[in-house]
Amino acid sequence: MSTTPTPKRITDIGPPQYEKYLPPIVKRNYGKWMYHESPQPGVLVHVGESGEKLYTVRAGSPRLLSVQTIRRFADLADRFCGGYLRFTSRNNVEFLLENPANIEPLKHALAGFGFPVGGTNNSISNIVHTQGWIHCHSAATDASGIVKATMDALYNHFTTETLPGKVRIALACCLNMCGAVHCSDIAILGVHRKPPKVEHETIRKSCEVPTLIASCPTGAIRPSTQADGKATVEVIDEQCMYCGNCYTVCPAMKMNDAVNDGLSIWVGGKVSNARSAPTFSKLAVPFLPNHPPRWPEVVEAVVKIVEVYAKGARKYERVGEWIDRIGWPRFFQLTGFEFTREHIDDFKHAGLTYARSMHMRY
Amino acid sequence: MASDADEKPKTTMLDELEKGPWPSFVTEIKQASQGSPVCDDLLGQLELSYEENQGHWKHGGIVGVRGYGSGVIGRYSDVPEKFPNVAHFHTIRVNHPAGWFYTGEALRKICDIWEKNGSGLTNMHGSTGDIILLGTQTEKLEETFQELTGAGFDLGGSGSAMRTPSCCVGMARCEWACYDSMKVCYDLTMAYQDEMHRPAFPYKFKIKCSACPNDCVASIARADLSVIGTWRDEIQQDDAEVAKYAAAGMNIQKDVCERCPTKCMDWDGRKLKIENAECVHCMHCINVMPKALRPGKDRGAAILIGSKAPIMQGALLSSVLVPFVPADELLETMQELLRRVWEFWDEYGTNRERVGEMIQRVGLPNFLDGIGLDPVPEMVSAPRDNPYIFVKPDGGEK
Repeated sequence: MSTTPTPKRITDIGPPQYEKYLPPIVKRNYGKWMYHESPQPGVLVHVGESGEKLYTVRAGSPRLLSVQTIRRFADLADRFCGGYLRFTSRNNVEFLLENPANIEPLKHALAGFGFPVGGTNNSISNIVHTQGWIHCHSAATDASGIVKATMDALYNHFTTETLPGKVRIALACCLNMCGAVHCSDIAILGVHRKPPKVEHETIRKSCEVPTLIASCPTGAIRPSTQADGKATVEVIDEQCMYCGNCYTVCPAMKMNDAVNDGLSIWVGGKVSNARSAPTFSKLAVPFLPNHPPRWPEVVEAVVKIVEVYAKGARKYERVGEWIDRIGWPRFFQLTGFEFTREHIDDFKHAGLTYARSMHMRY
Repeated sequence: MASDADEKPKTTMLDELEKGPWPSFVTEIKQASQGSPVCDDLLGQLELSYEENQGHWKHGGIVGVRGYGSGVIGRYSDVPEKFPNVAHFHTIRVNHPAGWFYTGEALRKICDIWEKNGSGLTNMHGSTGDIILLGTQTEKLEETFQELTGAGFDLGGSGSAMRTPSCCVGMARCEWACYDSMKVCYDLTMAYQDEMHRPAFPYKFKIKCSACPNDCVASIARADLSVIGTWRDEIQQDDAEVAKYAAAGMNIQKDVCERCPTKCMDWDGRKLKIENAECVHCMHCINVMPKALRPGKDRGAAILIGSKAPIMQGALLSSVLVPFVPADELLETMQELLRRVWEFWDEYGTNRERVGEMIQRVGLPNFLDGIGLDPVPEMVSAPRDNPYIFVKPDGGEK
């Protein structure tokens, strides 16, 4: 018998208690902040009841970070702010400074690494996005590539705060939508457009047929038998809306299709309660092709929306509030996007989106 | 093929994404590839996806660490013969510290563990909030896990489990925090370690804590249980500061009063008058005049339930379940509520049915009966407008 003692296995400890990562100035003013100001894009100053001031410098990041870059962030935090930093819900990195004299040297150092400072107030902050072809099996498109190309085009809106309101852009590479894409000012969404191709051999090996049938929201999957009598399924093509839920429960239902997969663009959603209630994004462009490495059609559509919004919206109006005011016909006219039958909802509660009044703009 | 250490994969298309001002993920992968042949094969496979317009990852597969059913996402290449170093490329979800606060030292620990055991690539952070460690092999999982817990980090949720709760920066750096979102998030995370690590629900369950109605973690859009801070008394108002905003050029009538959704404010050129009983706590006026207006002092949160992305019956926003809970009663109330909600969902939820979809199916009145909550008008935007009323068997006159 082995006499080597096994080290005690640590489990269920949960995340580190956050207090140990809070800068001393945050601990001193926790829950006692008075107000904040924005001295320049990408920089915030929070003032405590104590009079103490905390300076935040926010930088954009590609979210996909190498350990080398994270160590660089750590070094910058050590150099300029006692080692303290945090990340935001939109994947920006924030350095938390007590000494305002360090703001410019930190900005300079970040610029040296190619990380822009910005993303505050009425800017376009970082694009929240999913894994895409980097790491996902159900992706209808890549995520990081489109985000990079789009942020290159919108770079000046990250580093300035000149828009009427904030514009939150998000990308999901399929309808699973890992992230709040469905409530964004502008959402870029990967879509499949063909029913799954059933791989009968795989069904036998790795799928539970009743679970698979139950997974379809429209009842498009039916039990069937192969020539040798083995159980399988068939898909009623006309009933399939390409959601891919069947593929999530059964790898035999392949959705990926190099020709028919692509992108759709949605607009006017928000999660904040400021002024208007939180709302879903609505369809602006039903389909754009996958066109790596820089997806010019997608970038062009997003830039177009930002441009007409910036020109037409009133102060503080988010994209959806602006469209509510001018009306959808005008939105399609201004953007030049074609209004098609795909824009009209035909799923559950579809009737609620049909125009049921004489309130029309001519 | 990139299995030969000297030979870098062709990345003609990806190289295009190293151009332009925004920081490049391709540059990140190339940086990590200095220490890791895995990243070369990742680049090779991604270039292939770019050439062919489709992904090359296979469907999951069950992998994990001993005693956990959550926290590791299995991932395999469908072209392992071309890119053997990413034949297995599993993701580890690591539960982030509340509010995503770190020290340089803590980050370096994670980097060292991940450089040794995996690709050296991360997401800071994933959509649910976790630190995502991208890409390792099955045989490395247990060792990585033990080193992570040794360094004070644990895995996050995945599958049909409670997912890693997340929260906004809250009281740590925001004057609008109406409750301690970081503490509530942390305490709930610690209270439900078992529910996170050992999936036993019909489907995923997400909790997100935003400390004010600006909702910086999009709680109302993507949490099965949304906890959103608010207040019940009057907006704290500093008239001298209001006057300063006006003097500095702010058009208070146009930019504040006319933007108020209930038009509950009045500006006569000298004094801002707020009819607080008509305020819906939207945050607009406070957002634009942070020095002059602050949330009231009677603070707490509303609890909403049921938001989710489209799969499978369509996207939902969370709707009000408890209109207000005082801040100091929040944790206890949530735990009691979660106990009841989970019990009902365990009993009546079908496979892969989120709580929100179950409520749509059984109806909110039945759900309220099931969890023992009385209906209140704050739960609806309006009472029903259809007369097809199901009267409970014991209700009505005989």
